[in-house]
Amino acid sequence: MSDAVAPRPEAIKAVPVRHPGRWLAAIVVLAIAVYMLYTVVSAVQNDHTARGSGWAAVGYYLFNGLIFRGILVTLELTVLAMAVGIVLGVILAVMRLSPNPVMSWVSWLYIWFFRGTPVLVQIFFWFNLNLILKSVDIGIPFTPLWLHANTNSLIPPFMAALLGLGLNEAAYMAEIVRAGMISVEHGQTEAAQALGMERGLVMRRIVLPQAMRVIIPPTGNETISMLKTTSLAFGASVTELFTRQQQIATATYDVLELLIVASIWYLVMTSILTVGQYYIERRFGRGTQRGLPPTPLQRFRRMLFTFHAPPPAADEMPVLLPRGH
Amino acid sequence: MSPIPMVKAEAVHKNFGRLEVLRGIDLEVQPKEVMCVIGPSGSGKSTFLRCINHLEKIDAGRLSVDGELVGYRERGDRLYELPDAEVCKKRSEIGMVFQRFNLFPHMTVLQNVIEAPLRVKRENRVLAVERARKLLDRVGLAEKVDAYPNQLSGGQQQRVAIARALAMQPKLMLFDEPTSALDPELVGEVLDVMRGLADDGMTMVVVTHEMGFAREVGDSLVFMDGGVIVEFGKPRDVLSSPQHERTRAFLSKVL
Repeated sequence: MSDAVAPRPEAIKAVPVRHPGRWLAAIVVLAIAVYMLYTVVSAVQNDHTARGSGWAAVGYYLFNGLIFRGILVTLELTVLAMAVGIVLGVILAVMRLSPNPVMSWVSWLYIWFFRGTPVLVQIFFWFNLNLILKSVDIGIPFTPLWLHANTNSLIPPFMAALLGLGLNEAAYMAEIVRAGMISVEHGQTEAAQALGMERGLVMRRIVLPQAMRVIIPPTGNETISMLKTTSLAFGASVTELFTRQQQIATATYDVLELLIVASIWYLVMTSILTVGQYYIERRFGRGTQRGLPPTPLQRFRRMLFTFHAPPPAADEMPVLLPRGH
Repeated sequence: MSPIPMVKAEAVHKNFGRLEVLRGIDLEVQPKEVMCVIGPSGSGKSTFLRCINHLEKIDAGRLSVDGELVGYRERGDRLYELPDAEVCKKRSEIGMVFQRFNLFPHMTVLQNVIEAPLRVKRENRVLAVERARKLLDRVGLAEKVDAYPNQLSGGQQQRVAIARALAMQPKLMLFDEPTSALDPELVGEVLDVMRGLADDGMTMVVVTHEMGFAREVGDSLVFMDGGVIVEFGKPRDVLSSPQHERTRAFLSKVL
């Protein structure tokens, strides 16, 4: 037998299957979309405002300073509430899985309460805390070292909204983190224990880092959801985006235009978060797949050139295709 | 006076709920001895191994390692459970190798090996890395220090797992079917490493289905079935002329 390999036959060039159904569906969907868009656009166009047509008003309010300040507060609330939620959520999840029954029950009770009542109700509770607690006194007994604070000054509206959103989020994050921790194979814990690692160390060094891959995607969802839920801070008169547009709308009667402005900004912000989430997931996926999935941009470019659903990326098939061209 | 046995089991019982997994295990493993444990699946051999480093609690009997009870302290005629920290300290002196390797997938090979020395024993990083490199060299994986576990073959992963256990400088090594999850052609490389360890005088308890390894490397052989030790002796004797019907039946199936 000679070692010569038979020449590789010509690559297959077949006529692809036609999909007339796809075209038909596309046309129907497009027609409906155009009709709906037209309805909204013309409604705004025909609305009379102090600045002419509705769209002129939308353009004006879109970059209004008050709206911008509202956006800033919305972002602040989102970031801080998520920070509270994530930190407290991890603690609650570890407590929930603790062999100590007191810890586990406290965590269960917390999740039961904060997940079982509406956020808006919780925000109102914090907002009206002075009905329960007139003032807060902290100090060392039998000494004059006492701090006295009025509840209302201790919890201004922003703080009430932050506590309501953050503590509620913690309950959800706790369940997400717990699911992530449970998803890590038990053999990992055993191997770590066999090496003499204590529970806390096993959690911190072995279980949590591996749970991240499961925890990150839903956390992204939660962040996007939180960005919109901050509009409930309206209930505590926090001047975030929704409250601001409402205030302007009440004064100018440009209700429709301001709702559109707020929607545009919420969409812009959630879109940015969606992109961010995609890249964070991609980063935490390292070490689990041979190659990383293509970025949307890479995918889009590939689709443009082929007019078909994107073929598998070169780096998804390292064995078959050469890399780096 | 005979030396303190490395492992001493007296009437060890273990049950999972109503299921009795271990029904009175008595044995001794002397320092530098290599004991192989064979038996059909469900015979309790893995459970017994896991009792030795207290991954499982025993329900009755006495089990001690190097003269100290596993998981308990005896004062007067009462047993006191050891606190978590002390259980961990004792575990750190016993190496364990699992059937499914259980390497930490988010860490490189080197990080896997130095993790416990750094975090549990609080060793100097430079020294820990130096020893890890030596150990990895010894198991033939010097050039894989920066690879992640999923980039390695099963045999390579298991050899890293052995190096990871050795990095804690254990006085006893437990092997729980270390080659059962491997492709046939990769079994040899792992057994070679284990043979080297035995030659260096490591005390080992090996749950295995590799009769050849048991015969050549083992100092003693235990055949377990139904939660009891059915037969015990020199590997050559047990394997070539088993005394019990159950041993004969088992060996006829696997040899």
